[in-house]
Amino acid sequence: MDKIIEIKGISKEFNGEQVLDNISLDIHDKEFVTLLGPSGCGKTTTLRIIGGFVTPDSGDLFFNGKRINDLPPYKRNVNTVFQKYALFPHLNVYENIAFALRLSKTPEKKINMRVNEMLELVDLVGFERRSVNYLSGGQQQRVAIARALINQPKVLLLDEPLGALDLKLRKEMQTELKKIQQHMEITFIYVTHDQEEALTMSDTVVVMNRGTIQQVGTPQDIYNEPVNAFVADFIGESNILGGIMHRDRLVEFAGNIFECVDRGFAPMEPVDVVIRPEDIVLTEPTADTINGVVESVTFKGVHYEIIVQASDTWIVHSTKAREPGDIVGITLSPSDIHIMKKSSAFSQGSFITDETEVRNIE
Amino acid sequence: MKKLPSRVYYIFLFGFLYIPIFVLIANSFNASKSRNVWTGFTFDWYVKLFNDADIMSALANTIIIALIASTVATVLGTAAAIGIFNMKNTARTVIMNATYLPIINPEIVTGVSLMLLFVFLKINLGFLTLILSHITFCLPYVILCVLPKLRQMDIHLYEAAMDLGCNRRQAFRKVVIPEITTGIITGFLMSLTYSIDDFVISYFTSGPTSQTLPITIFSMTRRKVSPKLNALSAIIFVIVLAVLLVMNVREIKASKKNKNRR
Amino acid sequence: MNRRSRYSAFPYLLWMSVFIIVPLILILVFAFTTTVKFDNTGNRLTNDQAAELIADWEASGKAGDFPVKEKFYFTFDNIIQVGNYSSTLINSVILASIATVICLFLGYPFAYMVSRMRVSRQKIMIMFIMLPMWMNFLLRTYAWMTLLEKNGWINRFLELFGIGPFEMINTQGAVVLGMIYNFLPYMILPLYSVMTKIDDHTIEAAYDLGANRVKALTKVILPLSMPGIASGITMVFVPAVSTFIISKLLGGGTNMLIGDLIELQFLGNTYNPHLGSAISLVLLVFVLLCISVTNQLDSDKTEGVLL
Repeated sequence: MDKIIEIKGISKEFNGEQVLDNISLDIHDKEFVTLLGPSGCGKTTTLRIIGGFVTPDSGDLFFNGKRINDLPPYKRNVNTVFQKYALFPHLNVYENIAFALRLSKTPEKKINMRVNEMLELVDLVGFERRSVNYLSGGQQQRVAIARALINQPKVLLLDEPLGALDLKLRKEMQTELKKIQQHMEITFIYVTHDQEEALTMSDTVVVMNRGTIQQVGTPQDIYNEPVNAFVADFIGESNILGGIMHRDRLVEFAGNIFECVDRGFAPMEPVDVVIRPEDIVLTEPTADTINGVVESVTFKGVHYEIIVQASDTWIVHSTKAREPGDIVGITLSPSDIHIMKKSSAFSQGSFITDETEVRNIE
Repeated sequence: MKKLPSRVYYIFLFGFLYIPIFVLIANSFNASKSRNVWTGFTFDWYVKLFNDADIMSALANTIIIALIASTVATVLGTAAAIGIFNMKNTARTVIMNATYLPIINPEIVTGVSLMLLFVFLKINLGFLTLILSHITFCLPYVILCVLPKLRQMDIHLYEAAMDLGCNRRQAFRKVVIPEITTGIITGFLMSLTYSIDDFVISYFTSGPTSQTLPITIFSMTRRKVSPKLNALSAIIFVIVLAVLLVMNVREIKASKKNKNRR
Repeated sequence: MNRRSRYSAFPYLLWMSVFIIVPLILILVFAFTTTVKFDNTGNRLTNDQAAELIADWEASGKAGDFPVKEKFYFTFDNIIQVGNYSSTLINSVILASIATVICLFLGYPFAYMVSRMRVSRQKIMIMFIMLPMWMNFLLRTYAWMTLLEKNGWINRFLELFGIGPFEMINTQGAVVLGMIYNFLPYMILPLYSVMTKIDDHTIEAAYDLGANRVKALTKVILPLSMPGIASGITMVFVPAVSTFIISKLLGGGTNMLIGDLIELQFLGNTYNPHLGSAISLVLLVFVLLCISVTNQLDSDKTEGVLL
């Protein structure tokens, strides 16, 4: 795949606050890329830099190999679906969608054809003459998408486009957006703070925090092999415990020594141990398990969320109910124990001891 | 580079608005009677201003009329707003359109029409007619300040008060009035400023014995040279500036407080 | 609250009927009538004769009935007479229109630029626009007299460069200037309040879809600020066209406007409330027409914009 957008060492400050700190990222053609992170992580700023609404303080932005730092938004072959849609309130559905074509003085016949194509694509045929102020959130969303796609951009930028919709509608729109992206065969860059959305839709997920990129990978990579405690905690629920790596494939935490599959740490190095709640098996307490008392049980539909109080507090997802007060044992298999470098951003009281690269877990 | 034209534009605009005022203020300290020759610094005009019996009595009239008119307008207007709020749609629309009438009406037409009324009813133009006119043009502003507050109010508040044992009157006093107090106060203050500032309507409805300050100012501008007027302008400018600054500082403080709470 | 509380609007309705509706009806009545005076035997009197009779009556220690009776007669004369002053009316409209247009061009960029500033800075800018508004307009107008005089500050300043002196006061230009100076804030404030409601993203969306600065202005910002333009125009034009003091102070006696004409009929030596009412009526109708026209300006396309 060709690189369509390259971000090279871009930094940005707002009012003395470092919003982006030297980030670099390649985005490939026809890819669905999601920038994921908590609010204030710099994901929207990254998007706005690509859109041309923010100029970076330093670093370069390339589009198809050409540097476009100083190109105004109206000269970029990139379009945006804005967070609250930013539809033109004085224009109806048809004119909103036709806006870009009218600017380029496209003949009326062609406008009509293209707009109708777009209306079909977003399933809004028959709404042409409606005022955009009287549409539902979902319909406004569709108009915004159609309006941004009509110029056939190479890249579509979407800034939390589903944030204002209710859950059911959001799920529908997720599949629909994915369909549109595959149909149009263009690159989507999608900003969200919703990890589930990111995992469902994306080819590539970029996890960001505090103006830096934490991890880039496929949804599976990100979920199964988070590179640090931040990513692990942000993507799904996790039990994160402090531990000590005795040697390759042997880690101590929660008062026990466990086998694991990770290696490459210094002997006796302090690490973060991440365990997904659904990977934990609750058994009868034995000498080999971490034993604790069930504190609460909440029915979540697909599973029960069980809080177990041992020397640490554990979240466990299980399909089998327990009673509060039960004594249980926590059993872990080596492949479910994920070992990570201590990240200063996340666990307090620890700091990065050496500058070696954050490793993936094999 | 993009900044320069806009800066020139700001300077031009604010210069246009403020240079005349600053010239007035500077002249108020000018010992010369002529407006155009500077002969030395003096506070004389301020002293003379405060010793001018006409101006002082006009000031007293203005304040008395403004206080009476605003108070009556606030009471009548608040009652009216509550009444209008509880009306059916058509009645409300008709009355609101009538309420806008004195606002869109050119002032001079309101002025002469009231003058006609008073002449027709054989009421001598004077203190009474001034107060009646001022109440009339203040009333719409009070209603327009109070009505939005009533609309913003959660109607369930009133019901909740009754649910908790208030009778209608208590519910009204304890719940509705506190909710619309800011609107009532704004309405009163607006009435006060409009009344103090009004010239056109007062001009047609005042008699020789009941001059207000703007009317006295008008007769002073008719005389070619009146340095006392400069002194008066300077004082009014300082008062207005102080009031606006206090209002702004309070607003900024209030918004900061809100932020902290969040 | 309940239906019964609607009666609390009653005193207000009564008040407004007496002090707004009745006076306007009086204007209407006076505009279409003329007063004819009779003595007690039914002979028609001229104004001079009537005054003589009253003087005699007062001299006689007010013996007997008041000697003059007045009757109103319906007539179109007053309205027709307004036509004699058409040059004054047209002049007023022209001067007020010029002032309104200049206010719009002067105020529009300012309102837009302020609406894009940080909120705290917006507040300060708007405060300094409002400040002169709070001073009595007579003082503001008086300030310009000082500047525009023959040996006023502006002429003295120009003298330094060897130009002038110019005749500035008592000209139509001075009247227009006075209107602009007095009413500019009334243009800026409604424009500003509409523009703050335009979302930054809406303007960005226009750029994003290929609009350059000019296109973004004409295709998005201008249409969205139409309601502000409409109310700004009304708020400047209405007081400008009906003013009578600005023309008196800055225009000298020679540049009469509608307002001066009306004032003359009610407080001047040519006391004639019938003609005065007729001119007022013409002014009122004209102003209402203008307002409904400017209201059309924005109701056209922005129907349904939630303001």
